[in-house]
Amino acid sequence: MSAARLDAPAGTLIDRDQPVEFTFEGRRHGGFAGDTIASALMADGELVLSRSFKYHRPRGVLTGCGQDANSLVQVGDQTNVLADRRPIEAGMVVEAQNVFGGLENDYGSWLGFLARFMPVGFYYKAFYKPYSPWRLWEKLFRRLTGLGVVNPDAIHGYYDKQYLFADVAVIGGGPAGMAAALQAAKSGAEVLLIEENKTLGGALNYARFDADPKPAAKRRAELTAKIERTDNIRVLTDALCNGWFTDNWLPLFQGNRMFKLRAAAVIVATGSYEQPMVFRNNDLPGIMMGSAAQRMIHLYGVRPGKRAVVVAANSDGYGVALDLLDAGVDVACVVDPRPAAEPCERQSAVALRGVPVIHETVIAEAVATRGNRGVVGARIARITGEGTLAKTRDRFACDLITVSVGYHGTANLIHHARGAMRYDEAEAAFVIDKLPAHLFAAGSVNSAYSLEAALNDGHLAGWAAAKDAGFEAGRKPTAKAKGAGTMDGGASPNYPWPIFAHPDGKDFVDFDEDLQTADILNAIAEGYDNIELLKRFSTVGMGPSQGRHSSLPSVRIAAKATGRTINETGTTTSRPPVSAETFGHLAGRSFEPVRETALHHRHIEAGAKMMVAGQWMRPEYYGPAESRDANIRAEIMAVRENVGIIDVSTLGGIEVHGPDAAEFLNRIYTFAYIKQPVGRARYVLMTDQTGVITDDGVACRFRDNHFYVTATTGGAGAVYQTMLFYNAQWRLDVCVINSTASYAGVNIAGPKARDVLARLCDDVALDGEALPYMGVREGHVAGIPARIIRIGFVGELGYEIHVPSSQGEALWDALMDAGSEENILPFGIEAQRVLRLEKGHIIINQDTDGLTHPHEADMAWALARKKPYFVGMRSIAIQLANGLERKLVGFILVEPDDPAPKECHLVIRGTEITGRVTSCARSEILNKIIGLAYVAPDQSEIGKRFEIKIEQGRMITAEVVALPFYDPDGKRQEM
Amino acid sequence: MKILNCPLNGPRNISEFVYGGEVVEHPEPHTSSNAEWADYVFLENNTAGVVREWWYHAPTAYWIIAERDTVKDEVIRTYPASELFSERMAYPAPPEAEES
Repeated sequence: MSAARLDAPAGTLIDRDQPVEFTFEGRRHGGFAGDTIASALMADGELVLSRSFKYHRPRGVLTGCGQDANSLVQVGDQTNVLADRRPIEAGMVVEAQNVFGGLENDYGSWLGFLARFMPVGFYYKAFYKPYSPWRLWEKLFRRLTGLGVVNPDAIHGYYDKQYLFADVAVIGGGPAGMAAALQAAKSGAEVLLIEENKTLGGALNYARFDADPKPAAKRRAELTAKIERTDNIRVLTDALCNGWFTDNWLPLFQGNRMFKLRAAAVIVATGSYEQPMVFRNNDLPGIMMGSAAQRMIHLYGVRPGKRAVVVAANSDGYGVALDLLDAGVDVACVVDPRPAAEPCERQSAVALRGVPVIHETVIAEAVATRGNRGVVGARIARITGEGTLAKTRDRFACDLITVSVGYHGTANLIHHARGAMRYDEAEAAFVIDKLPAHLFAAGSVNSAYSLEAALNDGHLAGWAAAKDAGFEAGRKPTAKAKGAGTMDGGASPNYPWPIFAHPDGKDFVDFDEDLQTADILNAIAEGYDNIELLKRFSTVGMGPSQGRHSSLPSVRIAAKATGRTINETGTTTSRPPVSAETFGHLAGRSFEPVRETALHHRHIEAGAKMMVAGQWMRPEYYGPAESRDANIRAEIMAVRENVGIIDVSTLGGIEVHGPDAAEFLNRIYTFAYIKQPVGRARYVLMTDQTGVITDDGVACRFRDNHFYVTATTGGAGAVYQTMLFYNAQWRLDVCVINSTASYAGVNIAGPKARDVLARLCDDVALDGEALPYMGVREGHVAGIPARIIRIGFVGELGYEIHVPSSQGEALWDALMDAGSEENILPFGIEAQRVLRLEKGHIIINQDTDGLTHPHEADMAWALARKKPYFVGMRSIAIQLANGLERKLVGFILVEPDDPAPKECHLVIRGTEITGRVTSCARSEILNKIIGLAYVAPDQSEIGKRFEIKIEQGRMITAEVVALPFYDPDGKRQEM
Repeated sequence: MKILNCPLNGPRNISEFVYGGEVVEHPEPHTSSNAEWADYVFLENNTAGVVREWWYHAPTAYWIIAERDTVKDEVIRTYPASELFSERMAYPAPPEAEES
């Protein structure tokens, strides 16, 4: 065991039976399971964890609980790991960040000597103008700034997310949070208690609340046991609540999981940040918060030094002195900036142990070792006024300085929730002024510092929160002790002016950004006296610790320098997140759900290459990838010459029932439906209120009062939403149902389609007279109840057959079997795209865009102009009156050997872009390259030529032709 | 994340809802001026204060109306659309129409 290790019971978190080895900066170190990187290194005598951002000064443990930037290290591929929170693991490789040539001999420290040439706002001033040298400077700064080395090949870990619900959520498992949870649970509320550390208890784990340490330890054990016994309290340890969002929506991070918690009431019992003191060399390794020294002793069994000077401006500081004495540290003296008064219990105990207590005195300067790697002494001086010291200095030799001068409430979540804080002069702290609804606070964040005060405050908050969440909370708890909100009989633990600027500087206000008192004063002198401007110009509070320790001193300095009160000066805005978040937590698992049709497995069995189409998986083509183009050609030829079958289950299916069904469609779609005969299908075209085409399909009238309407793949949800939106206003007597997933559908198409279907269908006459083109029937196919719709997107004799999803595979099998004689071939969406293009059918959202109105798409035929109303009617009328700006036309290439243009290649005339290609393919059957394109209206007449700019800027000539390209009289689909 | 109280489903996360724009008066579709129509189609009032808005609860396909204070960022009330739209709405035929 190293010399700095203490015997049990010190070190509650470590297991001395489990030694763990790891490396730091390439050297081997040992610790115990439960140690953090920082505690193990300190036990090994390694005080320096990092170098500061600007001057590359050595830095060590400051808070001991992950609240400062000093402890940021790199662990393997992970950057910015908090060394005082991350437990060590066997074989862990830890490196320092922001160093050049190693932590020990960082040559970046020469920057410290240039400090005087780098005043506050240096970057803004030096590199503002001229611009050109900036590019050289930028390279240097990119190397000098930023923390850690990102490995782009690092393996993404497994992260996931979970929802949680609670009646009362308590953030912080210290004494106040534990009391609050217990009190709230009494009402029967489901309580979630969230603690950032491994164990409940907060300061009870490490702080010295009394001269005798035993009562606090007993209190912690009792409270913990009580919580364990309470069934309706769930405890999450090692879990960080990283923000407050509207209506008590809280992100909690535990390990690789993010919980999204919704709570009816939230109690913020987050405690407070112990505050540093400003004096010369206050940043040296070996200078730490009193609570940090206590954490090292009690949690990790590490003695933080051999000889200490203790700064105590409150009773807790005397508790620190007692803990140090018990840990075998020689306490050279306690300096207390306050005048001598009636000593508290802990102070008396310190005095009894022969430690000199020097009042109205503070540290003027810490004396550094060579290279600033540690402390060798403290020069103390009498206070002569606010922030001023006597010239006389007494020097005490020491290797440890602990600072206990006050607290700053951990009010981040309260700020996020737009609670109001105000500075209380008597308390020398920001206190809660107003809390928003359903949010409560307890403990030191609510100015209840003593143990009894914190417990009382917790009970009150727990009672109020349970009541607020709608539970019978019983009688209001009564305070069990006096002096709530204060410490030891009414004194505030916060020293109002812990700032002692030194003429030689290095009196740091912000450790992250290496800002000294003079930097803050200079920024104010330059006119940045507004607190938000001061922050941005000087960068105070903008480092990784986000002003936890710099915000209070900088506001105090700014207030004094500008002759305002602290309330008049104000504070900067605190926003989520509270602590740094990893991208892994935000990204979670990669999860992109897709829908599979009822026929999905049949496609896989048939060797389909599947592709994502909207939300769906659809067959692109069938057969091996090597022969992709040949496969697609064969599928096309099967449809044109024989018979093919395609899965159309992804098309939307919407049932419209009711006496107003036809009137409803008449208003939703552009065409006329009132007089549509039963047993017939009619094209539907939907426009929005601006007249832009949004969807199409067919409406099949099965009965007077019942239409079955199809929508495009991916359009069904939006069409259904639109239908319901308008009928929420129209109040027509219809019932609209989205039945997309209820039906499986296939289209069997080709000259032999009727022959195949006839073998399976005995209750529907399929001949052209009985079931003409655009006819619809209900009947049975292979014994399966089916809707048969005679339509053809591909321009051949075809039947769309819709059956219940559960029967989809049976239908497919029956059709494949019945068509085996004709060599029926399944075809995918690639073949369908060519087939429909040959017929000149547009695909919504491919051949139309967010501005296409029906006249542009040459679909005036689908507009019923004499009906009273349809959505978009007036806008279309206005657009038509205003004149067309472009028109969609069919084209072929003039030179058959020219390469095929691609979608979105531009139509260019002179220097003007007049349109673009929306679809283009080679048609085998026509032996031509055919396509659709937008062109200027004067280019749209049949026979006109226009130029398309293709790859490498080459121009090719196209000619406008009549649509459709294939079977212009529609004889094939109507046979 | 905000909670919106759906009159059909109770309090739900606002991520389950789709915003449908302000509830606005529909001008007469045939006789209003182009300017009036363009105002209806393209312009939002963006009122600072209490607004009435359409919200769609997507999982249950239900349109509701919410009254919201855009200054205080508070939802005042939500209710079924039938509270504002209770009558079957009819459109007069366009002036030159002969048949529908």
